[in-house]
Amino acid sequence: MQTQGKVFKYPDNVDTDVIIPARYLNTPNAQELALHCMEDIDTEFVKKVKAGDVMVAGWNFGCGSSREHAPLVIKTCGTGCVIAKSFARIFYRNAINIGLPILECEEAAEEINADDEVKVDFDTGVITDITTGKTYKAQPFPPFIQNIIKCGGLLKSLKEGKE
Amino acid sequence: MGMTMTQKILAAHAGLDEVVAGQLINAKLDIVLGNDITTPVAVNEFNKAGFDNVFDKDRVAIVLDHFVPNKDIKAAEQSKTCREFACSHCVKHFYDVGKMGIEHALLPEQGVVTAGDCIIGADSHTCTYGALGAFSTGVGSTDMAAGMATGQAWFKVPSAIRFNLTGKLPSNCSGKDVILTVIGMIGVDGALYKSMEFTGDGVANLSMDDRLCICNMAIEAGAKNGIFPVDDVTKKYLSGRSEREPVFFEADPDAEYEKTVDIDLSKIVPTVACPHLPENTHPASELHDIKVDQVVIGSCTNGRTEDMEAAYNILKGKKIADGIRCIIIPGTMQILRECVERGWYTAFIDAGAVVSTPTCGPCLGGYMGILAAGERCIATTNRNFVGRMGHVDSEVYLASPQTAAASALTGYITEYKEA
Repeated sequence: MQTQGKVFKYPDNVDTDVIIPARYLNTPNAQELALHCMEDIDTEFVKKVKAGDVMVAGWNFGCGSSREHAPLVIKTCGTGCVIAKSFARIFYRNAINIGLPILECEEAAEEINADDEVKVDFDTGVITDITTGKTYKAQPFPPFIQNIIKCGGLLKSLKEGKE
Repeated sequence: MGMTMTQKILAAHAGLDEVVAGQLINAKLDIVLGNDITTPVAVNEFNKAGFDNVFDKDRVAIVLDHFVPNKDIKAAEQSKTCREFACSHCVKHFYDVGKMGIEHALLPEQGVVTAGDCIIGADSHTCTYGALGAFSTGVGSTDMAAGMATGQAWFKVPSAIRFNLTGKLPSNCSGKDVILTVIGMIGVDGALYKSMEFTGDGVANLSMDDRLCICNMAIEAGAKNGIFPVDDVTKKYLSGRSEREPVFFEADPDAEYEKTVDIDLSKIVPTVACPHLPENTHPASELHDIKVDQVVIGSCTNGRTEDMEAAYNILKGKKIADGIRCIIIPGTMQILRECVERGWYTAFIDAGAVVSTPTCGPCLGGYMGILAAGERCIATTNRNFVGRMGHVDSEVYLASPQTAAASALTGYITEYKEA
């Protein structure tokens, strides 16, 4: 599995309130919610993002609320992957559970620039910045989590485990 | 090797004699919780995956608290989804308007959660129940759905930071000043993936409301959970309240901690977290030039009886400053009733405040006190992120009920000093 696209770069401590503000959480509809993704820190994101694009951010991405709507809107917008120096723990869990690929890689998150063209291979954890020609290696997921992703999310993996 | 209190609770729920930090385990759950925002997503996942029944109708709790009484048609649809699911699965702990409260004030009060429990909740502030000596952590809606279906969840066993508390808080400080001070010290990811274990002689000097408030904001330091040891204060609180028999765990004497942070409670000062991160803390006394437009006293962090009493003691017989909107939100119907019976409600109205039925409302910018561009609020809530309480150009300052109430009387951020 891999993705390739343009980079949207964000700072440290991007919280779930800016990823999807609570004022829109009166609906669970992902398509409707996705229209407001990142709205409070980047009004251009929703207009510019294309399928396969990559978010690159600093420390503690997704901190704050447990709302699963946050990784869901990022995925629904077409984002192929989020690379960050670190993720807040509930966001990390939620991203895996709903099938949004995420990678922790401090060096890549530091060096990759906004608007760079980036290719990410989830099986190997290799991140290639096509614009600069540099490659980075992120930690791949532990087998337990790879299985959840392979099954297409937590609930499907539980169902498969039962059958 | 010795285990921390959190590790011992997790080991017991995983059916293991021992666990170590980093180990992946499957643990049995005592309570699975959701609210009116996260439950509809979980219900959708639950149904989509084709599960027929919840694992135990007595162990699922659904609390309508974020947008109720429903703020609009869409919120009403979400509540309806929760109501129908709770009804069709005979969910015992379903709390609708009239019975509801803010989930993290309500479940401990009603004895639904207790010491020794392993709890997940589709709400980040589920870490609150660590105050009772439980392992309790926030998850997303899919985890809630999986928990409702199987009664289990996977966890990576966390390492821990120990906070050694000594001394006694000054009278103008509370648990809120302690946790804001701690977050200011270690940062918003200072305890990322870890447990925050509070220990030491000073614990005995903290009330249950203080402890609930401290554990509530463990997530604001990135923690997986916050936890207090069980002592006489805990046992007294749980007595006659817990619907299940509490189980008392304690950390092994040789438990390993990543580090120990010493906190002398007597040195804590009234503390305020400035925009736009909870780690951006300053003594309230240094912020006296900051004018506010609104004051909010309530939330899962500070909507409990002691918080209401602290506000009453400062506001009684006084008037809220001209041009300031003061919104007081008791956390549960029982706390609201207590405000009425003890005359606090009348005192709040006489001071010029408004009092709402329990709701998360303004804390997350839902309703009941949304800010316009350029407006500032001092609030006893838990997050001050960009746009958290309304317009992206508004600001939230986080503080204790005492600091918030004192600020309501002056219109500026004010350190409360006893007369």
